[in-house]
Amino acid sequence: METIILFAPLVGAILAGFGWKIIGETAAMWVTTGLLFLSCALSWVVFLSFDGVTQHIEVLRFIESGSLSTSWSIRLDRLTAIMLIVVTTVSAFVHLYSFGYMAHDPAFKDGESYKPRFFAYLSLFTFAMLSLVTADNLVQMFFGWEGVGLASYLLIGFYYRKPSASAAAMKAFVVNRVGDFGFSLGMFALFFLSDSINFNDVFAYAPTLAETKLTFLWGEWTASEVIAILLFIGAMGKSAQLLLHTWLPDAMEGPTPVSALIHAATMVTAGVFLVCRMSPVMEFAPYATGFITILGAITAFFAATVGLVQTDIKRVIAYSTCSQLGYMFVAAGVGVYSAAMFHLLTHAFFKALLFLCAGSVIHAMHHEQDMRNYGGLRKKIPFTFWTMVLGTLAITGVGIPLTHFGFAGFLSKDAIIESAWAGGSTFGFWALVIAAAFTSFYSWRLIFLTFFGTPRGDKHAHDHAHESPMVMLIPLGVLSLGAVFAGMLWYNNFFGHADQLGEFYGIPVAEATMHGDAGHGETAAHGETTAAHGETTAAADTATEGHAAEGGGHMVFAGEPGQGALYIGADNRVLEAAHAAPAWVKVSPFIAMVLGLLVAIWFYLVNPALPKKLAESQRPLYLFLLNKWYFDELYDAVLVKPIVALGRLLWKRGDGKTIDGFLNGIALGVVPFFTRLAGRAQSGYIFTYAFWMVLGIAALVTWMSIGGGAH
Amino acid sequence: MDNLLSIITFVPALAALILAVFLRGDDAAAQRNAKWVALFATTVTFLISIALYTEFDPSNTGFQFVEEGEWLMGMKYKMGVDGISVLFVLLTTFIMPLTILASWNVTDRVKEYMIAFLMLETLMLGVFMALDLVLFYLFFEAGLIPMFLIIGIWGGANRIYASFKFFLYTFLGSVLMLVAMVAMYADAGTTDIELLLTHEFATESFSVLGIHVLGGMQTMLFLAFFASFAVKMPMWPVHTWLPDAHVQAPTAASVLLAAIMLKMGGYGFLRFSLPMFPVGSDVMAPLVLWMSAIAIVYTSLVALVQEDMKKLIAYSSVAHMGFVTMGLFATNQQGIDGAIFQMLSHGFISAALFLCVGVIYDRMHTREISAYGGLVNRMPAYALVFMFFTMGNIGLPGTSGFIGEFLTMMGVFKVNTWVAAVAATGVIWSAAYGLWLYRRVVFGDLIKESLKTIKDMSAREKWIFAPLVAMTLILGFYPALVTDIISPSTTALVEHFDTALAAAEAATQHASN
Repeated sequence: METIILFAPLVGAILAGFGWKIIGETAAMWVTTGLLFLSCALSWVVFLSFDGVTQHIEVLRFIESGSLSTSWSIRLDRLTAIMLIVVTTVSAFVHLYSFGYMAHDPAFKDGESYKPRFFAYLSLFTFAMLSLVTADNLVQMFFGWEGVGLASYLLIGFYYRKPSASAAAMKAFVVNRVGDFGFSLGMFALFFLSDSINFNDVFAYAPTLAETKLTFLWGEWTASEVIAILLFIGAMGKSAQLLLHTWLPDAMEGPTPVSALIHAATMVTAGVFLVCRMSPVMEFAPYATGFITILGAITAFFAATVGLVQTDIKRVIAYSTCSQLGYMFVAAGVGVYSAAMFHLLTHAFFKALLFLCAGSVIHAMHHEQDMRNYGGLRKKIPFTFWTMVLGTLAITGVGIPLTHFGFAGFLSKDAIIESAWAGGSTFGFWALVIAAAFTSFYSWRLIFLTFFGTPRGDKHAHDHAHESPMVMLIPLGVLSLGAVFAGMLWYNNFFGHADQLGEFYGIPVAEATMHGDAGHGETAAHGETTAAHGETTAAADTATEGHAAEGGGHMVFAGEPGQGALYIGADNRVLEAAHAAPAWVKVSPFIAMVLGLLVAIWFYLVNPALPKKLAESQRPLYLFLLNKWYFDELYDAVLVKPIVALGRLLWKRGDGKTIDGFLNGIALGVVPFFTRLAGRAQSGYIFTYAFWMVLGIAALVTWMSIGGGAH
Repeated sequence: MDNLLSIITFVPALAALILAVFLRGDDAAAQRNAKWVALFATTVTFLISIALYTEFDPSNTGFQFVEEGEWLMGMKYKMGVDGISVLFVLLTTFIMPLTILASWNVTDRVKEYMIAFLMLETLMLGVFMALDLVLFYLFFEAGLIPMFLIIGIWGGANRIYASFKFFLYTFLGSVLMLVAMVAMYADAGTTDIELLLTHEFATESFSVLGIHVLGGMQTMLFLAFFASFAVKMPMWPVHTWLPDAHVQAPTAASVLLAAIMLKMGGYGFLRFSLPMFPVGSDVMAPLVLWMSAIAIVYTSLVALVQEDMKKLIAYSSVAHMGFVTMGLFATNQQGIDGAIFQMLSHGFISAALFLCVGVIYDRMHTREISAYGGLVNRMPAYALVFMFFTMGNIGLPGTSGFIGEFLTMMGVFKVNTWVAAVAATGVIWSAAYGLWLYRRVVFGDLIKESLKTIKDMSAREKWIFAPLVAMTLILGFYPALVTDIISPSTTALVEHFDTALAAAEAATQHASN
């Protein structure tokens, strides 16, 4: 069954990509979509019936060399199962949605057949993504990793006539390659030390890594730290974390369904998945995970600030994605991998929903993407409006504080913020809370600018704005369900008590030793914690409010690395501490959300002239944000231009002047001599050469017959 | 089939002879006949060589299909293949029919052209099979003559300069190699490679002209061979002949140059340098590793700014050969397996890339990147093929290009993390120059007037690419097809190398005690 899930999209991609001329355009679209829905249905079966025991299914031999032995195989555990439903569900509905969205694309001329290609790419992407999440070893994961990169490249550059699209596609690929550089080195280091890159072996070896010193580049480091950082560099590229984030906003050049599938719900979360997958290594790398936490928090904050002022509807959502990925990394960084996966799951639903809604708006407005030209669309496209509001409620985290009742983002995002606090990352906590306020502001800003107020921009476009066809609305409806209920439905599985998580992920749990022992206070916080000590102990003593009765609060994770889908060290009690977080911590994201909403209402409904005034009075700040902290300009000046200049220098000076110059010097002296020797033929050197060779052989033979006789 | 190797080697030569003797005139019919004879001969050679693959016993790490006989002036004729060389033979016979097909539109002196190619095939095959020093040298050096002629006669405007440069480089290298061969014979008393492989050359350090030579004679011999092989690879900084030779060579010659002739250097390292001079190799390995790492970055950066498509791909070839030398001199299983894999894979991918250039060069007669743009609009099949091989060149997993790079870097990481890290940046550079080339040539709107009527690939062109696409994919997904054959031999090589080093180590310690 898992094999069908994995290969159905590939079959679809091949049939549509190469066979559409035979089976026809429409058939190609139906084949890919049908196979994807098949994959999706089977994935849900797998997810719901999965019993927590890791399975391995071998498909084919892959790279083998000496002690290196890898195969194409499927690893099915809870992490895989979660990713399966995320990927196939979103992908299936994006396929369906594309029937409507791609129906009449003005970027292509009449008679040009672009739809089968589009669907083939989408299915190819899905296959690559599935092989990433089902990988049983790092190199197969890398195959998927690069495969999704290829699909992303092809789809960003889908409008190949647009120079900006092909530039964005290339940028995405190359920036991702910077990440892959780290990923590869991480793999090599793992192989060097553990002599394997199969997950089971690596996980079993993880504790040893923490005690191994690795000489890497200029220093000697703890092996687990180096490997964790190197792999995280890979994750930074794929998941658009700060420094390697610049490709993601540009990737919006691709058609909107692509943005929803690849650049929001699935591919960009691969980095988070990688970190969670490698949790056995991460647990032994406190400094590296500390770095992940901080970088994630900075990204969450940075991207949220940029999102505040963007006017392109897709770019706002793109920065929002970047920011939300930062949240996930914070959760993974403090050691609550399940919370990262939780947000990954809910985010996939509501962010795909938001993108597809944006696509519906763009579709209605004849491919206008600038929000300054929207306004008052509420009445024209009511279904889109309401589903987008649901998505916004989910992303901003609306719910009833201190309960588990709310939209998906409310539960998962709050879980992360509480984890950040419990993990002792004060900086992370505050950065995320502030980012939550910004998130709320820009998300509602988007809603207000698009759907409220008076129509702006091209009157014709507004007059003809129309609700999208049913094939586009159904995906919106389905994803809305996810955005509303996913959080409440799976809260206990992702952020419940240790025993609930243990069951879900297949991690053994054990009864916690009683209070007062050494493990309690000092290890409550993961990593190099200082801040949370006092509160945590106190909070833990009050025994987690209402949940004490269950007794589950006393269970702790007791698996060995490699047992179950996640590894959570015995001294990692962040989850417990997060549950025991004081009320102000739990309420703070809610307050931030309300603040953001109020300011958005004030700015865009009550007093619409205000944003402009503010932008003028704070012009440098506004420009700084509008230009995305000038990262592109900086990279261009510091990296791109110097590298090209260096290339030119090496070519003209190095190859031309130095190397060839040196040889020409010799040549001027030596060659005329030979040429004269060989005679007058224009291509005399050939004969010279042959002559010398023959002479050489003759000498050799003579010498041998003399010398050989002596032996 | 006792003479399988000789048959494979000399079928093309026989065809060349037939063409030379029996084909008269230069009319259309004669031209057509010349092409068909060449195509037939190369195809037959390939079909026969398949037997080599099926009959080959990978578990036997010695030489197989060995033929031995007396030859001129008391020299020996000895041929044989092992796990290291057998796939190069197959690569050669596989690529040859494609190059003949790619030359189908040649109109100038077709008969001579085909004769040159057929002779070239014989000589290249001989290099990979020869088990006698003199025989090897003969094939190795003589192979250059047809290539000179092809570039010199059917080449571009600046062909004289290019082949001149080619000559100068290779000449200097081979003189030194010849001297070293003489020295080897003097020391070992035989030219039989099989025997030389078990001969231990002296490793005692000595001083020459006040320079202390670590590893002694082995290092000297290594350096002499290195001079020749490094040029052939080509390694930085003796690579500058390659871009010029490629630019001037006709498409099919570029294909052979990149796909086969560059591999002779790598093969030479495997056949001679590593097993015969292990101590010398070990002494020089750090230098070679660094030269390789520099080559990868340096030539990639240079590739980035090229304006001529062929030059760009030529520089990219040098970078990819950097991975090969790096893997070889990591001297461990992954490194060497990876290096061999990389050479084979590069044989398919670089051949295809040069053919890609050839396709549009045939139509537009320019290789200037700026002369193109938006080809996807009129040439979708071409765009697909070019994309595929660009990705292969970039080393996308799923193509054969990935496996070699991956294994070589993995191997070298065990030896030197700095070199591994520098080389790993190659994955960034290759993406940058590869995709940038693709973007400028294929993407965009079709604006240029001259391109408005350009036609997509013909059926013949598609058939040339089909086998290359297949091989790149098959090896990318199922590398065991190659590693099963080469692994036992490389394992033996690595073991031999390590034992020899340990023995030399023990000897030095013994001496110093």
